Amino acid sequence: MVNTKVNLCGIELDNPVIPASGTFGFGYEFAELYDINCLGTFSFKGTTKDPRFGNPTPRIAECERGMINAVGLQNPGVEKVISEELPKLAKCFSKPVMANVSGFAIEDYAYTCEKLDKEEQVGWLEVNVSCPNVHGGGMSFGTSPEAAAEVTKAVKAVTTKPVIIKLSPNVTDIVSIAKACEEAGADGISLINTLLGMRIDLKTKKPVIANKMGGFSGPAIKPVGIRMVYQVSQAVNIPVIGMGGVETAEDVIEYIMAGATAVEVGAANLVDPYASFEIIKNLPDVMLKYGIKNLNDIKGCAHNG
Amino acid sequence: MNQAFYNIICNKPLTKDVYEMKLEGDTSHITAPGQFINIKLDGFYLRRPISICDYDDKTITIIYKVVGHGTADMTTLGEGEKIDVLCGLGNGFDTSKCNGKAVLIGGGVGVPPMYNLCKKLLAEGKDVTVILGFNNKDEIFYEDEFKALGAKVFVSTVDGSYGTKGFVTDVLKDLEYDYFFTCGPMPMFKAIEKIAETSGQYSFEERMGCGFGACMGCSCKTKYGNKRICRDGPVLEREEIIW
Repeated sequence: MVNTKVNLCGIELDNPVIPASGTFGFGYEFAELYDINCLGTFSFKGTTKDPRFGNPTPRIAECERGMINAVGLQNPGVEKVISEELPKLAKCFSKPVMANVSGFAIEDYAYTCEKLDKEEQVGWLEVNVSCPNVHGGGMSFGTSPEAAAEVTKAVKAVTTKPVIIKLSPNVTDIVSIAKACEEAGADGISLINTLLGMRIDLKTKKPVIANKMGGFSGPAIKPVGIRMVYQVSQAVNIPVIGMGGVETAEDVIEYIMAGATAVEVGAANLVDPYASFEIIKNLPDVMLKYGIKNLNDIKGCAHNG
Repeated sequence: MNQAFYNIICNKPLTKDVYEMKLEGDTSHITAPGQFINIKLDGFYLRRPISICDYDDKTITIIYKVVGHGTADMTTLGEGEKIDVLCGLGNGFDTSKCNGKAVLIGGGVGVPPMYNLCKKLLAEGKDVTVILGFNNKDEIFYEDEFKALGAKVFVSTVDGSYGTKGFVTDVLKDLEYDYFFTCGPMPMFKAIEKIAETSGQYSFEERMGCGFGACMGCSCKTKYGNKRICRDGPVLEREEIIW
């Protein structure tokens, strides 16, 4: 028998597979297809202080081995997430859930995280620092070590649960940003968020997406994710969640070998609603195939190579 | 919704770039006319959402137009091949809202979902008139199929090469009806919205990520709040639409 259990910031997961925020809603659509309690956990739809409709449509463009999205953080706002979504989720998911939080000002992050931290169902706070800072000239918080650290400190000051900072890959030095978050008190790092991308329609001669640019995800970005997890996990002493293009149990193992403690599955859930279920089902066999008895034995093993 | 592999039992052109494909497999998740399926094609990342034209207890008929590389690839699939399909997506048309004379208005590739809807309304004993709008005579499909169901059928062509010259609204303006159902391009919707005198249902199209409500890629604002075209739609009631 193989052991798929991992420990993420003090909470044991049955397996390291975590559907990523924005690709799994609040779980119900998938709970109609399979028992989502098979998941390690999942990161729910990015939540903000106030309700957001998001960007105009079209919000989606297809790419070679991937997609671009510019949904723009559509969500009902933290009050409704707590009063409506979490009680509904409780009916189909009994494990601690990861609360994904976004903001456009430091105070917004702190406000939303403080509220969600008090919810019993929430096991971790995953803080998305890829949003533009409205008080900082629109630059994303995640593109400077100082701004990312400032968000981390503000959230840590008002919460008790593990705080995982989700980093943007659209930076020149991911390691310095990860280290700044760790020094500011982050309990974990997750990466990578989507790569900034764009497509143009040859017939209309215009960008496909109304927002012009969007986040590129899917299997095409996996090598970037693996590389960044490899770099960051060697530089910090807190758990790293790897993501970017995960479609198979082999991909999960590759991320763990790069140094990830757990692995998020994103766009694959949208193309194949059973993707996360299948990965979890296949993981023990793939572990056996590569002679892996315990995932912790291979964590970061590529660092020695 | 269910996911399964379906057998292709027929895939043939109806016009120069419009094809009819028949699939064999589980249809138990289809609950209403106007729902759609989402097809995975080899070599393409996202699925292709295509409306259901007709179905019975073991087959589904879809009609698709070649508009890009994915749909062009679909035309090469042959009898006996299998395709990965998410089936029974979206809300579909609600026929219970229609009491009295129904008019069904399909424009171009908006025609297919009208077919099973027409069948269902006739089976409910309702009086059904169908208006099919195309650009020209060569693009017309399914006129005979609708007639065979027993509906009154009008065809309009923009260039006047067949039927009424002009748009579906040039037929609609002279009809008496109590309720309408429509699917087609946005300019057609706007023209209908201007002259329609009753309640009705519009079936919308939007670029989708997942097709089952997870990604929020196809959201729209309505008078009843935000809706996902793929999950809460594609059919919206006239009264809730914000144009």
